[in-house]
Amino acid sequence: MPIATASQTIGPYWHLIEDPSWADLTRLGAEGERITLSGTVTDGDGAPFSDVCVELWQPDPAADDRFPGFGRSRTDAAGVYRFTTLKPGPVAGRGNAIQAPHLALWVLGRGLMRGLATRVYFAGEPRNETDPVLGLVEDPARRATLVAAAAGPGAWRFDIRLQGAGETVFFEV
Amino acid sequence: MADPAPFRPAAPGTQPPYDVPAYLGTRKRHPLQQPVRLDPTLTEANGPRFTPALFPADADLSRVDGHSAQGQRIIVAGTVTDEDGRPVPHTMLELWQANAAGRYHHPADQHDAPLDAHFKGSGRVFTDAAGRYRFLSVLPGAYPWPNHKNAWRPNHIHFSLFGPAFATRLITQMYFPGDPLLAYDPIYNGVPDAAARARLVAAFELDLTEPDYALGYRFDIVLRGRGATPMGI
Repeated sequence: MPIATASQTIGPYWHLIEDPSWADLTRLGAEGERITLSGTVTDGDGAPFSDVCVELWQPDPAADDRFPGFGRSRTDAAGVYRFTTLKPGPVAGRGNAIQAPHLALWVLGRGLMRGLATRVYFAGEPRNETDPVLGLVEDPARRATLVAAAAGPGAWRFDIRLQGAGETVFFEV
Repeated sequence: MADPAPFRPAAPGTQPPYDVPAYLGTRKRHPLQQPVRLDPTLTEANGPRFTPALFPADADLSRVDGHSAQGQRIIVAGTVTDEDGRPVPHTMLELWQANAAGRYHHPADQHDAPLDAHFKGSGRVFTDAAGRYRFLSVLPGAYPWPNHKNAWRPNHIHFSLFGPAFATRLITQMYFPGDPLLAYDPIYNGVPDAAARARLVAAFELDLTEPDYALGYRFDIVLRGRGATPMGI
């Protein structure tokens, strides 16, 4: 049976395929509750990590011609990425469970041999208490790394710490 | 609705670890905690769809405004399948690479090698119904990087693929056969399994080579599948 091709780092020059407009998932005219999601990507020294490729995929609202459901943002010199998108609603989980509203992120950069998968949940969402994926993370402090904080009207902040204190929970699917 | 079938775990050694000590960039960027195993939900089992109508293909990196780039012209072609051997049709591939002199058309690349006004070094292609893709380019040059003394990246082309699910997303690099720099490259050698590394090296093929025009290289790509784990792995 064939074996999946090995991953290699995206490296420092992936901007050659970057279209900065992709960071705005509402650019095609999607209607709904518009939000921004931004945060800082830091390394094991707490230093900002620039030139990271952060990709966003969300199962809700469903993708269509006016809403790609997918976005890509680079981190700037201060390690900050930023998306504009639509606030997701709850979606079906495994075994008839309901998943709390969330976004999937994939983090790529020089020094990352493979992408790192994580999820963004929204603080204050009652369904977070029963979300089956959040429930996989027993330590409340670690679980909290998956929850974005409100940062003003329609603005959410989600920092990504790759290593060490406050390390973000990453998933293997 | 039935739950999405699990994706097959990577065969041991066929994917690089996050911590590759010889690749200095991994030291402060690899997580120390084990990843949390997650059975796929709709979130992971679905993924973005790209169509040439909204994301126009650009399968010729060898020319800009009708002018040919400097360097050895090449054709790169192959098939994208999954681990169950099925073709992955109509999926998008993004490509980027250095020019023939080993310089990226990128402001952060300050290597003292010439830029080429007729080479920008990025492209986008889609597989056909049988999972086949093809593009034109020039042979990318090797270039130095600051990982260790006298470090040079082997000639390579970067590939980005999506496949049918967010969980099948793949970023990789294609290398060229016979490149002496492969033996010294910590990124290539970051893949522990020798056969898995060798699969990152394209094959020269006379059948893909076009007379009086360009050398042909085959690079087949396999995305994750969902079949049962083979016995013994």
